[in-house]
Amino acid sequence: MSDALPPRPAPEPSDHGAPYWAAATEHRLVLQHCPRCDRLQHFPRPWCTECLADDLDVVESSGRGTVYAATVVRRHPNPAFAARVPYVLALVDLDEGVRVMSNVVGCDPESVRVGQRVAVGFEPAADGTVVPVFAPADPGSP
Amino acid sequence: MAPLVFKTSGTGDPRPVGSIPATSATSDDPSPRAPQRTTLDTAIIGIGEVPPRRRSDGATTLDLVARVARDAMLDAHLRPTDVDGLLLSPTFTGAPLTVASMVADLLGLRPSYCDVVDVGGATATGMVWRAAAAIEAGVCRSVLCVLAEGADPRSGIHAPSWPALPNGQWERPYGSLGPNSGYALAASRHAYEFGTTDEQRAKVAVDQRTNACANPTSLFADTPITVDDVLGSPLVCDPLHLLEIVMPCFGATAFIVAPADVAAAGPHPPVVLRGFGEQITHSSLVSLPDLTRTGIVESAGRAYAAAGVTPADIDLVSAYDCYTITVILTLEDAGFCAKGQGGPFVADHDLTFAGDLPCNTHGGQLSYGQAGLAGGASHVTEAVVQLRGAGGARQVPDCRLALVNGNGGILAEQCTLVLERGGA
Ligand SMILES: [Zn+2]
Repeated sequence: MSDALPPRPAPEPSDHGAPYWAAATEHRLVLQHCPRCDRLQHFPRPWCTECLADDLDVVESSGRGTVYAATVVRRHPNPAFAARVPYVLALVDLDEGVRVMSNVVGCDPESVRVGQRVAVGFEPAADGTVVPVFAPADPGSP
Repeated sequence: MAPLVFKTSGTGDPRPVGSIPATSATSDDPSPRAPQRTTLDTAIIGIGEVPPRRRSDGATTLDLVARVARDAMLDAHLRPTDVDGLLLSPTFTGAPLTVASMVADLLGLRPSYCDVVDVGGATATGMVWRAAAAIEAGVCRSVLCVLAEGADPRSGIHAPSWPALPNGQWERPYGSLGPNSGYALAASRHAYEFGTTDEQRAKVAVDQRTNACANPTSLFADTPITVDDVLGSPLVCDPLHLLEIVMPCFGATAFIVAPADVAAAGPHPPVVLRGFGEQITHSSLVSLPDLTRTGIVESAGRAYAAAGVTPADIDLVSAYDCYTITVILTLEDAGFCAKGQGGPFVADHDLTFAGDLPCNTHGGQLSYGQAGLAGGASHVTEAVVQLRGAGGARQVPDCRLALVNGNGGILAEQCTLVLERGGA
């Protein structure tokens, strides 16, 4: 279905955001990590906001999380998103303890609930980029 | 003590990393400082306004700045030579450098303090305390504050986004609508945690429209609405309906802040700044841990502490209302009701000028109109009008103490004032 839609706009990575988007093209969700504090932070920044260390690495996320907040977007000026309305914009609390903004796809938009379990998936965007999105997790899975 | 850890930076300088003791106060500690007040009484002594309208009629931002600045000086009985401070809103997207001195020259000012203030929708309230602090410091005596949204091709409403910002990188690929979807996310979380209903949020819009109908200069002066009208308007971002969302307009506001002796010589009862507080919590929504708890807890807490008052003392609430949910969050976080009780609170209380908790008596931005960053200034000028007793058909009886809150970004920047009617 999504083949028929105009592509999502490509993310425009900052230097410190680039590892996140590069991993997404490999269908991996990674989070910025400070080895000194053993702490995750999102969105990625030039350094750890706790200790100022700038030798940060990334760790792979389980891709599982819980919907913290969700809205059904009904209108959008960008043709790529106008073609997708209604769609769900959500804040997802990953099990690793950081929050990301994304979409919840693969279900009736009006069925998405705060507190619902979701799992990461990946969708193509413009210029060969890939963005992590989420879909309802299988009922039996954690 | 933790060992020093040195690493080599790109410049070859050894720097300690991970060795800085954590001493800064956290947001869990709302008032780790002395009460914020200026010991010298300062007051708002003049106002000028071009009410919000959908059409600009070609007036540029500079045109509007000149009009409202003149009106504010006339209202305060001051001449340009009496004004020695100037604060501008950053509406001039693409404006040249030194825009503030350019405007000062245009207005005939020779200021000793001149600046652009940008705390989003909190810019107007933020200007009031910055002006008072500058006066307190002896930098200047009469500060003209101007916020405007005009018809320049690249000004506010038409400004391009800046994709390199975190919000562009992390939100744009997902079809975020910025404020519309951001406040909808906050409303969704509030509904989930506290059971806040669409009808309760709609009541805010209805009461404020009642206020607008008593204010001849408001955008929607002639069109009362009902809860059914709000809920029957199109959903934009669930759960927010069209009538829960501000309408972008053109317009401008100016006000003048001055010390007590200047205020006393003016033609109006001075509107005295009794307390203020400001708190910025985030920019990107993922950085706000709890979407139902805003920095108003801190900003209003500091303002009350400085003024020595409590919510029970407040006669008028002038609360930034880009969306209905913003008012509910403000009433909770400024202590008018318990956290989570904002929905039942607005349902059970009359927020009109004749009600038991008058709120946004000019109609709020929802029904008065939102002229860009000048929209937030309407909450300041309405408080001035009410505290002067000049509210006409919408005057709140015996209005002596007002709480004014400015809110910027997506609940990101908060600046709260406590204003009191001064004079005899
Ligand atoms: Zn660290």
